Parts: sequence; C-alpha cells; structure tokens
Amino acid sequence: MSLAETISEPLNVEEIRRSFPIFNYPENKGLIYLDSAATTQRPIQVLETIRKFNEEYNSNIHRSAYKLAERATAGYECARLQIAQFIGAAHPHEIIFTRGATEAVNFVAIGWGNKFLKPGDEILISEMEHHSNLVPWQMAAKRNGAILKFISLNQNGELELEALDDLVTERTRLVAITHASNVLGSRVNVKKVIEKAHQVDAVVVVDGAQHVPHARVNVEDLDADFYLFSGHKMLGPMGIGILYGKEKHLDAMDPVLFGGSMIDDVNYYESTWAELPWKFEAGTQNIPAVIGLGAAIEFLEQIGMERIEAHDRSLTEYCLNQLEPLEKIRIFGPHRQRLPVISFAIAGIHAHDVATFFDSRNIAIRSGHHCARLIMRKLQISSTARASFYLYNSKEEIDKFIRVIHEAIGYFSRWN
Amino acid sequence: MELDDLYQEIILDHYKQPKNQGIVEDADITVDGRNPFCGDEIKVTLKFKNDVVDDIKFTGSGCAISQASASVMTENIKGKNTTEVKQLFQEFAEMVKGDCDDHDHPHIDDTCELAAFQGVAAFPTRVKCAMLAWNAMREGIERELNKKGK
Repeated sequence: MSLAETISEPLNVEEIRRSFPIFNYPENKGLIYLDSAATTQRPIQVLETIRKFNEEYNSNIHRSAYKLAERATAGYECARLQIAQFIGAAHPHEIIFTRGATEAVNFVAIGWGNKFLKPGDEILISEMEHHSNLVPWQMAAKRNGAILKFISLNQNGELELEALDDLVTERTRLVAITHASNVLGSRVNVKKVIEKAHQVDAVVVVDGAQHVPHARVNVEDLDADFYLFSGHKMLGPMGIGILYGKEKHLDAMDPVLFGGSMIDDVNYYESTWAELPWKFEAGTQNIPAVIGLGAAIEFLEQIGMERIEAHDRSLTEYCLNQLEPLEKIRIFGPHRQRLPVISFAIAGIHAHDVATFFDSRNIAIRSGHHCARLIMRKLQISSTARASFYLYNSKEEIDKFIRVIHEAIGYFSRWN
Repeated sequence: MELDDLYQEIILDHYKQPKNQGIVEDADITVDGRNPFCGDEIKVTLKFKNDVVDDIKFTGSGCAISQASASVMTENIKGKNTTEVKQLFQEFAEMVKGDCDDHDHPHIDDTCELAAFQGVAAFPTRVKCAMLAWNAMREGIERELNKKGK
C-alpha cells in the first residue's frame, strides 16, 4: 500500500473501539456516546501508561538523584517534546503544562495581561467564545482599565471577519479567539485574524480546545502568539492542559503561580524565576496525566490526524444530510467547514427534554448552553441539544441517532 | 425507569397549559431564578397578606419539568402561610431528590399534583429543573421574612 493510500484509508472503527474499555464495559452495552466535545473516552494505551507510572515509577520529577525519578522526569519531558512536535512548536520549552485549557487562558490573562495591558487598550474577542475564553478577559479588562470589543457572530453561526478592518485598531493590544466553536462546530480562519492583529502588533491567543483533537494544527504556520488546549478532549486524562506561547512572550510575562520548582534563586525578600518552561510550573505537577497525554498523542499519530479529520467530516456530513430535510429540526451552525459538532433543536421542545429522551434510548448527547451564553443570546435561544462525534463513532451509530431523532419527533408531537 | 414515569400526564398538562403565568401586580417580592447549567431563567413574583402567600405568579421559559413544576408549585403555595410553605418546600425537595421514603412527605399525598414529580428522583440530572421555581420561591419567602425582621 502506498503512503497516499494509507493516509486516505478509512478508519477501522470496530478495531479502534476495541482499545476503549468503556465501550466494552458490560453496563455500557449498546451505549452510543455522542459527547466527545465535552470529554473524550480514553484508550487502554493511555490508561496503561498511567497505571505503569503509578505502579512502576511513581516519584517526583526534577528533584531526586535516583532511578525512579529519572524515569519519571524523562517521561514527563518526553511528553512535552511530543506535544511540541504535535503542534509544530519551535521549542519544547514553549509548552507549559496547566490544569486545563481554562487555567491556560487565565495564565495569559493574568501573567501577560496584568503586565502589558494599559488603561484604554483594547482586547478583541468574539461572540462565539466559550466562557473560558471570555470571562478571564472580562476580568483582565476590569483590572487593567482595558476595553473589551467583540467580533460578531452571524445567524449562520460564522464570525464576521470582514469587520476586522474596523475592529482592529492602533489600540488593540490583544486578540483572543477560538479556533472552532464548541457549540456550532464552526471553524475560524484564525490565520487571517492573526495576520490582521500582527499588523498593529497585537498579541493573539487562540483557544484550540475543540480544534486540536480533530485536525492538524501548526502553531508556527499560524504564527499564533499563544495557543491552548486540553488533554481530556483528545483521548488524554482530565486535569491537564497545554499553554503554548512564543518564547519571547513567555519570557516577557510574569509567572502566575509561585512556589516550589519555579524558582531560580530564593532569598529572604526576593526570588528569581527558573527558565522556561519551569517558570510557569509551580508545585508538583500532574505527572501521570502529562505522561498519559503523551500516550494519547502517540495513539492519535499512529492513526493519523488526516484520517481522523476525514472520518469526522464524513460522519458529520452523513448526519447533517439526514437531519437537514427534517421539518421539525433546526440545526445551528454552518453546513460546511465545521467540526463534528452538531447543535440542534426539535421545534417547541426544550433541549433538556430532548437529551432525556436520547438517554432513555442509551444515546449520550449534551444539552444546555454549553458554557457559551453569548452564542445563546445572539441566536436568541436558551439552550441547544448537541451531538458530537470522534474516531470511535461509526456510521451505524449515526443511523441509530437518526432513527431516535424520528422517534423523538413522534414522542414529542403529543406535547404540542 | 420509563420516560413516561418522568413525563406524567399531570406534568404534561401543566406544561401545555401552565397556571399562574405572568407577573403579580403590586408584588411584594420579585425573584429571578436561574439554572446555570442550561441557562433557563424564571421570574417569580409574590404578594403577601400578613404571613400568607396571597398571590404568586411566574414567567420564563424552560423544559417541561421546570415549567410544569412552576405551575403546580404556584397552585399549591397560594393561600399557605410561610411556615407551611417552608415545610412543603422541604418535603418536595426531598421527594424529587429521592432523599425520603414515600411516607416522609405527609403534605404531598397521592391526591396532590405535586406527587407527579416523584419520578424526577430517578433522573438526577433533572432535579435542578424541578427545583428551579421552588428555589426562587423559597428565596422570596426568606426575603419577605427578613423584611419583617423575623
């Protein structure tokens, strides 16, 4: 088989699913899990890696001169290198481990924002942000007297990037934007945003929590100043997030957490900071989660991000093509250029009731505002039902999902 | 647990045609309740005569459970004094959370429409929906009592 054929070969979902113990757990028999945008399931390779750390070489890193600690340190730093390569970072020390994507945004909002934002500066964000890439900027603006401005979301679920010419001004200091919406699946042309922002020397923070698991990202190619994402949305463990930052920015900004491991020298009244990346990694880190995330990336790379993207796209189009003709169904977000995230509503029925119906048929979907109240306000809805897919979902599962949609429409018809 | 145990006829009737929707004129207390998980909002307005809930209405939109719960609640609260309301709140909350035996809610017997919400206990994610209006109402009662310095 040629390389091109290997890359384009469809995923063997059945084989992939065998690596995920949760799908083989007796009580979960028949479960269709369509909430990967919230968190993904973990393959045995990740779970085994964590088990091995705990059972074979649990120890603290960067501190001790014995074999266990050497192995733990090597595993931890090896994961950092893997992540750097995975997203195309120039240096592994541009990868900072955090508790999650939310903490990563806060690191920039506090560590960079408090140092460089001045009264009257403008922070540009979008109406499509998850609360994690909105609330930290509201607070940073308040603390530093900066002004928050918004890129509009249109009714198709796309950002109006044409307005950038007016929105980006000489006062724009920072732009924070999502790479893809967790509600609408819309992908954002962040490269265009970054180019525009860099014309006025503004710094750009990209929230890649939804994008990274589904499509190849190259931060150097994007020229992103900061790029962050979380481990548990890409087959990795919970409690681990990544903050990528260009070396010059990480060097210039202040650490946010202070204490052990992040210092260079300590005296009675003053201390100095360690080099990158350790300057930002105070205290004992979530070492098994870091090493587990390395295993998740290895799993993804072995399958191939291009194949995963093609699989996700084909499932999404397959699903949308069957949903769109249904009169009672409203779909939010664009048809094309979207990740495998489909927000929808059944006419006249609240998303919670829809999700409960799906649960009664053993299908896990999400309902609510998805931590994106600005989107809800803009689309004048309070909540949506959301189905999201990943590499372990099959066409047969989509067929079942569509059958249950029809059942649900029937069930709820007596409510109107 | 079957879906129809949750969505009982009484609940659907109230969902389709809610009672006491609107805003009480000259209300003594207005409370905005919010379910942070789904973004549903409810406004409860209350008018008191001495210690008794003279009138109570609600506005807002939400799922079948939250709307029906608000509707049945208003019907059962009207005319009761604050002590009785607090007792009923306690019993209803325990019932939908599944924190009690059947006979632990003496004021919610099988003839009471509030009993229709017993099924919620089997759907823990929906407890917040059933409690949305109740929590707002309870806050309203507390505010009224604080006003009177009780």
